[in-house]
Amino acid sequence: MGSQARTVFIGCWLLLGAQLASAQSAPATAGSALRGKDIYDARCSACHSIDAHRVGPMHGGVLGRRAGGARGYDYSEALSKSKVIWTRETLITWLTSPEALIPGQRMGYSMDNAKDRDDVVAYLATLKRP
Amino acid sequence: MKSLILNATAQPIIASRRSFIGTTGMLSAAAVALLAGKDSLAQSMGGDMSKDTAILNVALGLEYEAINAYQLGAMSGLLQKPVLDIAVSFQSHHKAHRDALIATIQKMGGMPVAEKKMDDYAKALKADSLKNQSDVLDLAARLELGAINAYLGVIPAFGSKDLAKIAGRLAADETMHFTVLTNALGRPLPAGALSFGA
Repeated sequence: MGSQARTVFIGCWLLLGAQLASAQSAPATAGSALRGKDIYDARCSACHSIDAHRVGPMHGGVLGRRAGGARGYDYSEALSKSKVIWTRETLITWLTSPEALIPGQRMGYSMDNAKDRDDVVAYLATLKRP
Repeated sequence: MKSLILNATAQPIIASRRSFIGTTGMLSAAAVALLAGKDSLAQSMGGDMSKDTAILNVALGLEYEAINAYQLGAMSGLLQKPVLDIAVSFQSHHKAHRDALIATIQKMGGMPVAEKKMDDYAKALKADSLKNQSDVLDLAARLELGAINAYLGVIPAFGSKDLAKIAGRLAADETMHFTVLTNALGRPLPAGALSFGA
């Protein structure tokens, strides 16, 4: 095996290793962001926008943000004091039952279907901070 | 589609931008009707009603936004008759919803959330991006669809069946709005059954 071929071979193994490592640390879900956007538009956009606070807080940059941590939004006391960080897992738990995750919060809406939750969270994960 | 719009406006509607801008200082007839015979509502809901009032306050926030969205549409000058008349009618429904929700929240001992300034709604809804009548109708349709799903979605969360019923009635009004707006935009209606509130 020539040096160039060896380099490519090693590169492939490194890439494969990186992919495996990434898969192992991958989020609990791998939903479809495309489908998630459709669900978001139909069910979440009544109260939420990506780049503006409305009835609910903006969602741009929500992944990694502390719950109750979007500046300028008037959160409930429960959210304001929460230590929850929005990861894919906590977002799915939230959409399953907001009250179970953070008692005293104000969102009365929950999402029954697991696939819908996965897809919405996949979409939320794509939203950058405005 | 025009015939649908004309049929929808067959009932006389006081339609002027002045009346559009006007606000109701007292409970509308619809709100009174919605709450009629519901004096026992508060007494029938023992225990902690704060969760239900919190949900109603979110709904009230939605109604404020809808009222202001139609207001912004009317003030834009982009809506032409008979679409303007329909928007006036729909806004009056949302005002009735607002009044009913405020009255219910107060009856339950809660504090209704306050309405924001119109500029805040305009900014959040990107009103400056509305360039024609279709843009206004599209915004209204999106808000109405969201409200349908929000109202249907919170029904299971209510502790009170009376409030769940009210949420269902509000959703029915929003569905009527969404249907008319969708037709006005020339868009197909949902192809399948049970498309709302999933």
